[in-house]
Amino acid sequence: MAVKKFVVGCFDDEAVLFPAVKKVRAAGYKIHDVYTPFPVHGLDHALGLRETSLHTAGFIYGITGTTTALSFMSWVFTTDWPMNIGGKPHFPLPAFIPITFELTVLFSAVGMVMTFMYLCQMAPFVKKHIFHPRQTDDLFVMAIEVTEKTRPEEVKAFLDSVGAKEINEQTAEAGWWLGRFDREDKLFTKQIEPLNA
Amino acid sequence: MHLKYESTLREPLIDGVKDYHQVTEDIISPIEAKPGKLWYIGLFISIALLLFGVFSVTWEVYFGTGVWNLNKTIGWGWDITNFVWWVGIGHAGTLISAILLLFRQGWRTGVNRAAEAMTIFAVMCAGQFPIWHMGRVWMAFFVMPYPNTRGPLWVNFNSPLLWDVFAISTYFTVSLLFWYSGLLPDFATVRDRAKTKLRKYLYGVASFGWTGSTKHWQRHEALSLVLAGLSTPLVLSVHTIVSFDFATSVIPGWHTTIFPPYFVAGAIFSGFAMVQTLLIITRKVLKLEEYITIGHVEAMNKVIVLTGSIVGVAYLTELFMAWYSGVQYEFDTFYKFRAAGPLGWSYWIMMTCNVISPQVFWFRKMRRNIMVTFIMSIIVNIGMWFERFVIICTSLYRDYLPSSWSYYRPSWPEVGFYLGTFGLFFTCYFLFAKYFPVIAVAEIKSILKTSGENFKEKMVKYEDEDVEKFAHDQTHH
Repeated sequence: MAVKKFVVGCFDDEAVLFPAVKKVRAAGYKIHDVYTPFPVHGLDHALGLRETSLHTAGFIYGITGTTTALSFMSWVFTTDWPMNIGGKPHFPLPAFIPITFELTVLFSAVGMVMTFMYLCQMAPFVKKHIFHPRQTDDLFVMAIEVTEKTRPEEVKAFLDSVGAKEINEQTAEAGWWLGRFDREDKLFTKQIEPLNA
Repeated sequence: MHLKYESTLREPLIDGVKDYHQVTEDIISPIEAKPGKLWYIGLFISIALLLFGVFSVTWEVYFGTGVWNLNKTIGWGWDITNFVWWVGIGHAGTLISAILLLFRQGWRTGVNRAAEAMTIFAVMCAGQFPIWHMGRVWMAFFVMPYPNTRGPLWVNFNSPLLWDVFAISTYFTVSLLFWYSGLLPDFATVRDRAKTKLRKYLYGVASFGWTGSTKHWQRHEALSLVLAGLSTPLVLSVHTIVSFDFATSVIPGWHTTIFPPYFVAGAIFSGFAMVQTLLIITRKVLKLEEYITIGHVEAMNKVIVLTGSIVGVAYLTELFMAWYSGVQYEFDTFYKFRAAGPLGWSYWIMMTCNVISPQVFWFRKMRRNIMVTFIMSIIVNIGMWFERFVIICTSLYRDYLPSSWSYYRPSWPEVGFYLGTFGLFFTCYFLFAKYFPVIAVAEIKSILKTSGENFKEKMVKYEDEDVEKFAHDQTHH
């Protein structure tokens, strides 16, 4: 990703946060993200985020599991090695139900968790910038991206007026990198001039 | 903005004066403090038991399953009894984390983390028994349908024992994923307030770089809900399939259609008893009485008396059907070899512990008494172990041929193996209680403003308000 400049405002009450989000958006500032210690219901709508499609992905993984189990067991018992088990039929559909069900659940759960991790870009040894150490404790942290058109001082004053408690400016990597949380990593902050500019 | 109102008639789920930071402080600080003497003693005993279990299993593998007191008549003894017992215990964790989530039961947030941990550890213990019972355990991978050089000769997809392989391994995987995805935000909380470098590093790795981004929370909520939706039928299917191990056979006492619901109820019954045993100690030692309140204990005791009574009805139904069916073999199994006969004592222990004693929980005073609950939880666990023993052994020890009638008592490697799984379970639980947030911190915070005691006090003013005014204020937020 890229190193960007942010103005960060911390709120200590979700009742203040909600109107603040509305006002900041109405003022046209670009909210990079809001970090909360627990899921705040409705905040995704207030930020204008679209609904997640993770459920749909889960459904698709699920039916993949269903078809895998059913087709595999049918193939084994009717085509690959039709075995006589106590004279029972070669295509005993009711007996296939338990395994079909289990694989449906397994595929769906594993697939969804993998997708979740991919979408959120999370994995062991992945590091991301933490704007405030208390954003996983009791603060609701709003990071506003400083673009060419925003003046940081103005944003700070605005955040103050909507009720943010701690306000500061941070330059940080917006994406993830491989790193350890016990070390401060020095990431590239200098813009490298392209040779053919 | 969400409506932060809940009737004051409902008991608060979090006692004391709390704010978000205090919640973090209360739940995370035991991780940061040095463990007490009791913890070391407990862990030491658990590891000792675990090592004895390893020794017993090694003995069994070296000399063969013959060192167990199984014989031609009784092919399943303590091993399968313990397997079913441990799997059953696991079920309460999933019930709390998944089914109660779907039913929007707020009280689950106080106990779900520990209960899910219990599920995972219990399933780990359960899995040991069928695996080591294979005897030639180095062939254990034969249960997997993999393309092999013997044909390929596939596994028998008609067999309930194979269904079990799929059910238990799916159950373990899904429970682990569900549990760990819930742990991510809490690990991040520990990470961000860590004072030592090592803790910051390790919890940093464990938290997968969680930040608390709104989009991530949105996906996390969706994930939890769907995993709960998947786990609910899964948990019912697992013990149903375990009961198929018996019900699809033609042994009198096993061959009944009542088994799936009866097993599931029994599983939840024993699982809640184990949750009580663990949490009554955990809340005391970690001083979490304000999060796992008497109200939580009472709610779980209600589940115990309900499922215990379902189990009781199932026992009586079995007895009725054994007589009403007119099948001589069924009748003999139940009336001559279970309720009477050389192993009859185990039937009456089962009846006393599972059906008669839980009835004390019809009284509110008893449900809210910690000591009574703790003793009852142990009694129920003993009773449910005997239920499995009764089902397995008393159906087997008197078969169709009186010349092969036999008696069964376990040999030391069987007892040692069972004790070893206790060691495994409690070693894991002690490590969990020390290094993991035993209560879901983020989830507690999300119900704090509706169910915290100090916030509930503020609800009184809404309740005095006119309904019209209340509705008006809420819609214009």
